Amino acid sequence: MKRREFLVVGGAMAASMALPARAAYPEKPVRMIIAFAPGGESDIGARQQQIVFRRLFGQEMVIESKAGAGGALAWSTLNTYPGDGYTVMGTNLPHIVLQPLEGNVQYKTEDVTNVHFYQYTPDAIIVRAESPLKTYADLVKASKEGQDKVTFAGSGTNSANHVAHTRLNRLMGTKTTYVPFKGTGDLVSSVLGGHVTAAMSYNTLALTQKGKMRMLAVASEKRLAAFPDVPTFKELGGDWVDGAYRGVGVPKSTPEDLRKRISDIFSEINRDPEFRQKMADGGFELIDVTYDRMPAFMAERTKAYLEIARMMGLAK
Amino acid sequence: MELLANLQLGFGVALAGTNILYCFIGVLLGTLIGVLPGIGPVATIAMLLPATFVLPPVSALIMLAGIYYGASYGGSTTAILVNLPGEVSSVVTCLDGYQMARNGHAGKALAIAAIGSFFAGTVATLLVAAFAPPLAELALKFGPADYFSLMVLGLIAAVVLAHGSLIKAVAMIVLGLLVGLIGTDVNSGVARYSFGLPELIDGVGIGPIAMGIFGFGEIIRNLEHGQKRDVFVKKVTGLMPTWQDLKVSALPIVRGTTLGSALGILPGGGPILGSFSAYTLEKKLAKDPSRFGKGAIEGVAAPESANNAAAQTSFIPLLTLGIPSNPVMALMIGAMIIHGIQPGPQIMTAKPDLFWGMIASMWVGNLLLVVLNLPMIGMWVKLLTLEYRFLYPAILIFCCIGVYSINNTWMDVILAAGFGFIGYLFGKLDCEAAPLLLGFVLGPMMEENLRRALLLSRGDPAVFVTRPISATLLVLAVLLLVIVAAPAVRKKREETFVEEE
Repeated sequence: MKRREFLVVGGAMAASMALPARAAYPEKPVRMIIAFAPGGESDIGARQQQIVFRRLFGQEMVIESKAGAGGALAWSTLNTYPGDGYTVMGTNLPHIVLQPLEGNVQYKTEDVTNVHFYQYTPDAIIVRAESPLKTYADLVKASKEGQDKVTFAGSGTNSANHVAHTRLNRLMGTKTTYVPFKGTGDLVSSVLGGHVTAAMSYNTLALTQKGKMRMLAVASEKRLAAFPDVPTFKELGGDWVDGAYRGVGVPKSTPEDLRKRISDIFSEINRDPEFRQKMADGGFELIDVTYDRMPAFMAERTKAYLEIARMMGLAK
Repeated sequence: MELLANLQLGFGVALAGTNILYCFIGVLLGTLIGVLPGIGPVATIAMLLPATFVLPPVSALIMLAGIYYGASYGGSTTAILVNLPGEVSSVVTCLDGYQMARNGHAGKALAIAAIGSFFAGTVATLLVAAFAPPLAELALKFGPADYFSLMVLGLIAAVVLAHGSLIKAVAMIVLGLLVGLIGTDVNSGVARYSFGLPELIDGVGIGPIAMGIFGFGEIIRNLEHGQKRDVFVKKVTGLMPTWQDLKVSALPIVRGTTLGSALGILPGGGPILGSFSAYTLEKKLAKDPSRFGKGAIEGVAAPESANNAAAQTSFIPLLTLGIPSNPVMALMIGAMIIHGIQPGPQIMTAKPDLFWGMIASMWVGNLLLVVLNLPMIGMWVKLLTLEYRFLYPAILIFCCIGVYSINNTWMDVILAAGFGFIGYLFGKLDCEAAPLLLGFVLGPMMEENLRRALLLSRGDPAVFVTRPISATLLVLAVLLLVIVAAPAVRKKREETFVEEE
């Protein structure tokens, strides 16, 4: 070994030894608690991350499902776990903003310490293939004529889909009816059977039902690669980029440097080409809201949700 | 023949060496978790999901499907031999299967359950292959109003299911409906009867109720009787049913298969509804209904065929429409997506080897199950020659683990314990628990669809009689009600049950 190389290597070693011990994080398996049932989108996303996590960081990411109360069951226990970085929890927007407003849950939005948001599935209006509504303009026209006879199936009450529907009514200037279902899987047959006019759901539904359903508009920043012909709400004149955001949160007691490290880890997973491809195939739009950008992002999101929540009569 | 060509392709895939192996592993695991009360297919499949990453998608899905229908197979063994439902769908099998075992016909009951299941599996495989797309279309015709009327019919049928006092049967159904109301109201988002407990916001699961009332409750009852009950299954003899048994069971198996196949396609608890309805139907058709609940072979043959048929036809909405009809199917969707397959209508054309391979593997799996189960029956029976003081704590532990693993919450274990005590009281009061379970399953679905139908019709109740499907179902319900309530019939019904005492 030449002297100069030795100096470099030695220097690097010294530097790494000088850092706190947890720079080696993760040095044992990390538990990722998912607030939804296995098989759901949050679970599927986490299982894809699990593979990359193992490959990049040499440790297991153990997925544990703690489903219930639309996620609230898990989130209300988040701060009871040790803040050592080895228990993290999947978090979802707008859920963690809307649920505390509704008042049935035992946590507040501020109790959830989000460190990273890595993906979202944009809101989308979807009709069945046989529907006479071919474009967003057709839908607006039908909604103005039919008013409350035009019905939208969505998942849950005071949920992301419900918010989206309220927003759609505001955008179209109409009073269409929202019909809540227990989940997205639950509403598919009502849409396919023509029992409701359309679904207020996510792009993922149109992907699973390709050929049987048609997407009229989508709330993404740009047109989706899988649906190059479907216009965004931005193009249609609405200031609407939203959907269900998925990220990761930690217990409040987790130190700053660990929060940042976990955020970096998920950014790195998001950059993995194979992972990107798999997520794109599944209809997940990747974003990268890192820990340092979290306060601004949450403030902006919360403001938007509160505005709609007021229209829904959820908040004052 | 396109169907034959497709099936040929399917069997080509299913009979490939690795796929047979994974099919075998699947049904073996399924039988095991089926025999053990409490540990259900949902928890097992969720736990095994990561392990399937390394397999080719077809093998992975074949194995996961095997676990599912294998479990409904194994569940009946426990039901017959110990009077504990190994799976929720085998709850009714307890009624007559266990009595057969007590009368010394355990072998016969197990054999007829296996034969019925195999027949149902074969028919359901052919049904899925031949009619999957048109059947799925038919299910789509059912709107919320039609579902509501279907549930009404189901609940009225539940009254017929009960034996003994009519009033008690109605009371149990209503109690089931009330328990079903616990949890978040879908329309307003308000939590009902949850007492501020976050664990109750989603309502009470069917696992804790079924395990509590039928599992724990039965154990308490048996403990009261001391040790003298355990002699009857020391040895299973007469595994081969006689010609007479086969003749008596043939029609119930066919009817059970038909009913199960039809109900499996509808969303909701396919296998559970299937087995309950098949049992009801047999009892209704029997010349001497008083034999039911006392070891009638039809009471095992029909529901066992029905739950197996339903378990398989519930793949129809999944494979053709991408609709999960129960939690296991939701997991299968997850498994497909993880393996990079978009579930939905395009599977059949985009991945014919996967589609037909899975269908053919179901038949292969059913054959493996018969081979696996009948000769190995001795092993399962060994389990039960254990003294109760060893067997009961073990069963209780498995039940607790099983109930806990459904949602990973201790609240469910507490609930199951509470329902166990309630189940014991019901036994003392001569109240049958089966109608309660049916009310519990159907009630919330009924309410949801009633309110959805009214939301869609803008509050006009006429929708229930103007839609042809709904109107037909309601007429059937009224007819059934008249038959049950008509004085002559009622008198006869009471006489039958008096004789029974």
